[in-house]
Amino acid sequence: MKRFGALLLFPLAGLLSGCDLVVLAPAGDVAAQQRDLLVVSTLLMLVIIVPVMALTVFFAWRYRQSNASATYAPDWDHSTKLELVIWAAPLLIIICLGALTWLGTHLLDPYRRIDRIEPGQPVTQLHKPLRVEVVALDWKWLFIYPDYGIASVNELAAPVNQPIDFRITSSAVMNSFYIPALAGQIYAMPAMETKLHAVINRPGTYSGFSANYSGAGFSGMRFAFHGLSDQAFEQWVAQARTASAALSRESYLELEKPSENEPVRHYASVDPDLYGAILNLCVERSKMCMNEMMSIDAKGGLGLAGVRNTLPLQYDKLARRGAVFGNDPFYVASICTAEEAAAAARAASNATPTDWPARNLSPLRGAGLLRPGTESRRAEADTPSLGLLRREL
Amino acid sequence: MPDTLTKFIFGRLTLDALPLHEPIVVATFAAVALGGIALLGVITYFKLWGYLWREWFTSVDHKKIGIMYMVLGLVMLLRGFSDAIMMRLQQAIAFNGSEGYLNSHHYDQIFTAHGVIMIFFVAMPFVTGLMNFVVPLQIGARDVSFPFLNNFSFWMTVGGAILVMASLFVGEFARTGWLAYPPLSGIGYSPDVGVDYYIWALQVAGVGTTLSGINLICTIIKMRAPGMTMMRMPVFTWTSLCTNVLIVASFPVLTAVLSLLALDRYVGTNFFTNDFGGNPMMYVNLIWIWGHPEVYILILPLFGVFSEVTSTFSGKRLFGYTSMVYATVVITILSYLVWLHHFFTMGSGASVNSFFGITTMIISIPTGAKIFNWLFTMYRGRIRFELPMMWTMAFMLTFVVGGMTGVLLAVPPADFVLHNSLFLIAHFHNVIIGGVLFGLFAGIAYWWPKAFGFKLDPFWGKVSFWCWVVGFWFAFMPLYILGLMGVTRRMRVFDDPSLQIWFVIAAFGAVLIAFGIAAFLIQIFVSIRKREALTDPTGDPWDGRTLEWSTSSPPPAYNFAFTPVVRDNDAWWDMKKAGYIRPLSGFKPIHMPSNTGTGVILAAFSVALGFGLIWYIWWLAALSFVCLIATAIGHTFNYHRDFHIPAAEVTQTEAARTTLLAAQG
Repeated sequence: MKRFGALLLFPLAGLLSGCDLVVLAPAGDVAAQQRDLLVVSTLLMLVIIVPVMALTVFFAWRYRQSNASATYAPDWDHSTKLELVIWAAPLLIIICLGALTWLGTHLLDPYRRIDRIEPGQPVTQLHKPLRVEVVALDWKWLFIYPDYGIASVNELAAPVNQPIDFRITSSAVMNSFYIPALAGQIYAMPAMETKLHAVINRPGTYSGFSANYSGAGFSGMRFAFHGLSDQAFEQWVAQARTASAALSRESYLELEKPSENEPVRHYASVDPDLYGAILNLCVERSKMCMNEMMSIDAKGGLGLAGVRNTLPLQYDKLARRGAVFGNDPFYVASICTAEEAAAAARAASNATPTDWPARNLSPLRGAGLLRPGTESRRAEADTPSLGLLRREL
Repeated sequence: MPDTLTKFIFGRLTLDALPLHEPIVVATFAAVALGGIALLGVITYFKLWGYLWREWFTSVDHKKIGIMYMVLGLVMLLRGFSDAIMMRLQQAIAFNGSEGYLNSHHYDQIFTAHGVIMIFFVAMPFVTGLMNFVVPLQIGARDVSFPFLNNFSFWMTVGGAILVMASLFVGEFARTGWLAYPPLSGIGYSPDVGVDYYIWALQVAGVGTTLSGINLICTIIKMRAPGMTMMRMPVFTWTSLCTNVLIVASFPVLTAVLSLLALDRYVGTNFFTNDFGGNPMMYVNLIWIWGHPEVYILILPLFGVFSEVTSTFSGKRLFGYTSMVYATVVITILSYLVWLHHFFTMGSGASVNSFFGITTMIISIPTGAKIFNWLFTMYRGRIRFELPMMWTMAFMLTFVVGGMTGVLLAVPPADFVLHNSLFLIAHFHNVIIGGVLFGLFAGIAYWWPKAFGFKLDPFWGKVSFWCWVVGFWFAFMPLYILGLMGVTRRMRVFDDPSLQIWFVIAAFGAVLIAFGIAAFLIQIFVSIRKREALTDPTGDPWDGRTLEWSTSSPPPAYNFAFTPVVRDNDAWWDMKKAGYIRPLSGFKPIHMPSNTGTGVILAAFSVALGFGLIWYIWWLAALSFVCLIATAIGHTFNYHRDFHIPAAEVTQTEAARTTLLAAQG
């Protein structure tokens, strides 16, 4: 029987050699350290698992009913020594594993800057980290390179042996940013930012994807990650700069609409405020930014009127439908600083209407206040967007 | 205005809600409808409605309710497994540009439904059913503390199951994954009825689960036979107690978090939205504060089953009873301190992640101690490898692997590379199938003769056993490997052709498991046919050790003619050794609870309420809510709650058993 078992293992080994166990053979130093931890923990646990499995089989065989020669002790149910062993043995393993976990978790904290490129090669001042801002969209990935002013969709490139600082967020729902060859994953969540620090050591093309289900197009939410030599990376950047498209707020809002299996796309320039606006849910200029709202709240908030003084998110993937009993959509009229107000007043007195940054100066509108000239809140709600309103003014 | 009227009457329910454009669903519906009509026809033809209503549906007998729970679990297992095999097939063929045979709208519902059904409507009813049937018998009680509540709890669980099943044919189910993380499950991204079905099915079933938890805690605390101190309770009763404490302490969290999600979806609050200060991560925290204890709710009672089975079939006292009890209690407490390990990858700091990683590992210490206790129970025993013991052996060899991969996933940096991967899927199926399901099969084979008076057919049981065990390894070992290849869960199509072979192997494993389920059904059918040959008139077919084996099989309605007196852990074993003689006379009338149909009616109104809320049929929701409250109040005026079984009837029943036992010699 045992010989047959060994025979069965051969095709299995063949299968395994044919496949790419990327988690066990990554190309980035962070993922490699995570792999090491995985392997060490497994070995540590096998120290106890293997004897248990062997003992199970041995006892089952030894004390089978038909084996009359084995000792039978029907009332033996306690042994202090044995109990000490069975609690202490797992305890010792867990103490080792716990220490390993504490160290490993702190060393491999994705928020922590990496301190080595690979074993024996610490990060020095010569290693200027490459900053990449990652946005998970429905259902594609947007990568913004703030240092280069370029962006790409569903394609990521980085020079080898150079630290990469990822800032990660999402436009609508939760995703998880994962390139198994590079480093462990971290969630991409709307209105929140997560960070990942990593480095790629071997040039090559690796696959990256979302590791958290995010809706219909989830399976196609994959991208290629190119680990390139410095020269090749410069070429890649130069090539991206030749792209015809520019990523402005408007073109982002187009891009952001749900779509599946998007081809690779490059943007020669990027609105420098875009990532911050995505993170703060205010790509549409009519929205108050989250950080703005939070700073107002930190100063005591806007009181009852401020409760309604905001515009809900309209990432219109499914034609926004409010809750059945919920509020009608409502609008922010204006939030401005004293300087802005003065500038707007000057602009108004000069009678040269500009689109931006002139703000609507009508009174702050609470729930009970209606904009002059509207019959009801519902009528107001039917107005399509604040952009239109501003032009009317 | 007919349009307004239609909207008023039907809410958002239109003919489009029937999935006529999905041929697979239509075929399923046809099959289910035909099967259902055939079943109803048979019941009507044999005039069984009255019998079923009087003897089963309205019954407050814990044994019958336990059996009904098991039937519910079995029926839902077939549904949950069909989902599983559809997923396996889709993933085995969706390569090389093929879209497979399921579109994302359908596939995404399937994996959500599979998770929800397997946890809430398969594992939970099975576990609750087993506890319901066994616990009162093990502690020498005549019923649970609140017999009507028990019946009501069961029907609420059925109500939830009905709502989930309805979503298959009317409208659709959630496409969010089984825990429905917002913002995806919010109204903005899931505006259709799927998530509403999810919410209300779980809320209705959750009422049942919570109440049955309260019921069993009271039963175990208050209704033990004289002499059965806490430290003399059978281990299964101990694990049941801990499980029900977990239920009572964690299900309200689920109810609350689903209520908040419902508020977000129905009245436009912003608990879990992206904007307006909502925080989706709060949902993730709350749902896992319920979700992690939930996995221990499922596994603990089965640890109890393995303890009973190991000790009975080794013919030996359980090794380390005290440490077993403390291990269970420690697991119960620790299960509340580990929830964050389900989302290490959401950006918590290193110290927080380490804390939750290490607490998770600590759970493996009492669990390891339990494994050793079973091991040393076998040591110097006389092990009889009958079906329940075979399942226990399979459990011990399978579960340790799942436990090991679980501890691995508790190391945060390792989790960063394995989170949400098929490695994780393999891990939790390894512990849920290898632990919960194998335990249930052990428990079913073990207590079946107690419930029905005849053993299960061993041949088909062994066929089922081998199909399940081998099928499990074939179905899930490839997933471990795929996880190490960086393949994530819930994928519908793949572009790397080298993965396909592993999915094909996994699909083969799923087919073997299908044979295992079929063999189990055949086993039940064959055993009923051959019940004369498999009969067990003694009531103690396995040379049992605990009180349930002291009464007849099946036990009489009153369980025990006289309440037993307990002197030892293994009470029945002790009684047998001490030369216990069954009392044959001096019986007194026995006070028993009366049957009532109120549970069925309340659950029916709850289903109507849920349906009304799901489809925005406000009049139906309001009406059924009023009826629900009115019926509940009305029931408090029901004074026909109890009756006495006359002493003569008890004497007659016991005399019949005496004759039967005498015939055995």
